[in-house]
Amino acid sequence: MNVETVAARAETPTQGLAPAMPKMSIRNLDFFYGRFRALKNINLDVAERRVTAFIGPSGCGKSTLLRTLNRMYSLYPGQRAIGEILLDGDDILAPGVDINMLRAKVGMVFQKPTPFPMSIYDNIAFGVSLYENLSGRAMDERVEWALTKAAMWDEAKDKLKQSGMALSGGQQQRLCIARAVSVKPEVLLLDEPTSALDPISTAKIEELITELKEDYTIAIVTHNMQQAARVSDFTGYMYLGELVEFGETDQIFLKPKRKATEDYITGRFG
Amino acid sequence: MTEHTHKQFDAEMEAIRSGVLSMGGLVETQLARAIAVLDENEDHAALDQVGAVEQQINQMQMTIDQQCSQVIAKRQPAAIDLRMILTVTKIVNDLERVGDEIKKVAYKATQTRGAAPLTRMRAFDVVRAAQHAQSMLQMALDAFARLDVAAAAEVIGRDEEVDAAFQAILRQLISYMMEDPRTITSALEIVFIAKSIERIGDHAKNIAEAVVQVVKGIDVRHASAEQIRAEVAEE
Repeated sequence: MNVETVAARAETPTQGLAPAMPKMSIRNLDFFYGRFRALKNINLDVAERRVTAFIGPSGCGKSTLLRTLNRMYSLYPGQRAIGEILLDGDDILAPGVDINMLRAKVGMVFQKPTPFPMSIYDNIAFGVSLYENLSGRAMDERVEWALTKAAMWDEAKDKLKQSGMALSGGQQQRLCIARAVSVKPEVLLLDEPTSALDPISTAKIEELITELKEDYTIAIVTHNMQQAARVSDFTGYMYLGELVEFGETDQIFLKPKRKATEDYITGRFG
Repeated sequence: MTEHTHKQFDAEMEAIRSGVLSMGGLVETQLARAIAVLDENEDHAALDQVGAVEQQINQMQMTIDQQCSQVIAKRQPAAIDLRMILTVTKIVNDLERVGDEIKKVAYKATQTRGAAPLTRMRAFDVVRAAQHAQSMLQMALDAFARLDVAAAAEVIGRDEEVDAAFQAILRQLISYMMEDPRTITSALEIVFIAKSIERIGDHAKNIAEAVVQVVKGIDVRHASAEQIRAEVAEE
């Protein structure tokens, strides 16, 4: 972790990560479940090819925020977002946005592994076939590519025809990540991806996140503070629908600027 | 500071903090005893005591280090808790080293007892430098107890005075040695004493720097006293 060094400050004015371009820019975002205002004026940039983590107590709005990033909420009546979310400069909240194309660009993995009740191969091929018309050979390659990306290929290559439901929890979650990357999205949203997994599977997913950020922009919601500290480059602390503090993970976990953040990450939260 | 949701975590942190303060208290007592030996107010009996307490200080360092390792392993401390644990391991290291220096001062002091014409100088200049280091140490430990960065910054600024006192003592001793080579043996012993005192000042400064790191989250080692004062004044 970085400690700010006073002696070195005069010589090296800039420190920390190389500047990252914003992939998504959230501006003045409010979110409503009916009349309940679940997000209050959120402003932040999700940096390209970096991992951005959202932490905070249950009900603080972090999963809601993640669900706005690919408009998952549009499936439910009475839920609406106000403000702007720019993906490469285009507002995804604007009317007329093709939500299916948006979700191909911004993929999501949920807390509980959700494999389809079909073979490992079809779990991946099914999503791809919705967006692209690939020949059998090209589809085989895409399935292998996605499973390799998700660090699953070696385990799955001999049982591609077996049901995805028969895999272990950790394997199912990596299959879901493979499914999410198979359509070549630009952004991956991970909603507590390891909360149902054992420590080894968790470690594998975390390792995978670090590898995936070379190609993808990743936003992750996690209840595990140490996980946020380990995998993310930027961390946002949310409370009661507000973004209390947002900054480089190294700074947040060593010297947060706000006392509320410090109380939360040190386990002093009432 | 608000309490942890895990009350046991609070208890463990408090045990570590009070451990450091008792260790610091013991080191301060040792230093007072060594100064008394230096000032020829104490005899050989004090020396035995210095040796025995030094063992106790070493033991405390190991105990506190062990407690810090356990908190890291079990609690994964973050932010201020992490800074506290990391700096405590440095502070107890400094305190243990101060204990070593004190022992050296006390032993050398008995060896040079009655070595005229250096007696007068030892009684005045060296004792004064030692008292200066003593007050720095006291202030650094107070700053730790109260997490007072302004006091810590003052300790850091005062280290230069102990360094200057050491240089002055050295110059005087060189004059003595040149004038009368028979004083070389005892003058060298006094050089070692003065060097130990100067080191005690350095350790007090290290402790003060650690206090700034706990409170402000910035590393002020190797920064100038002015820079540190400016940082500490910043809200």
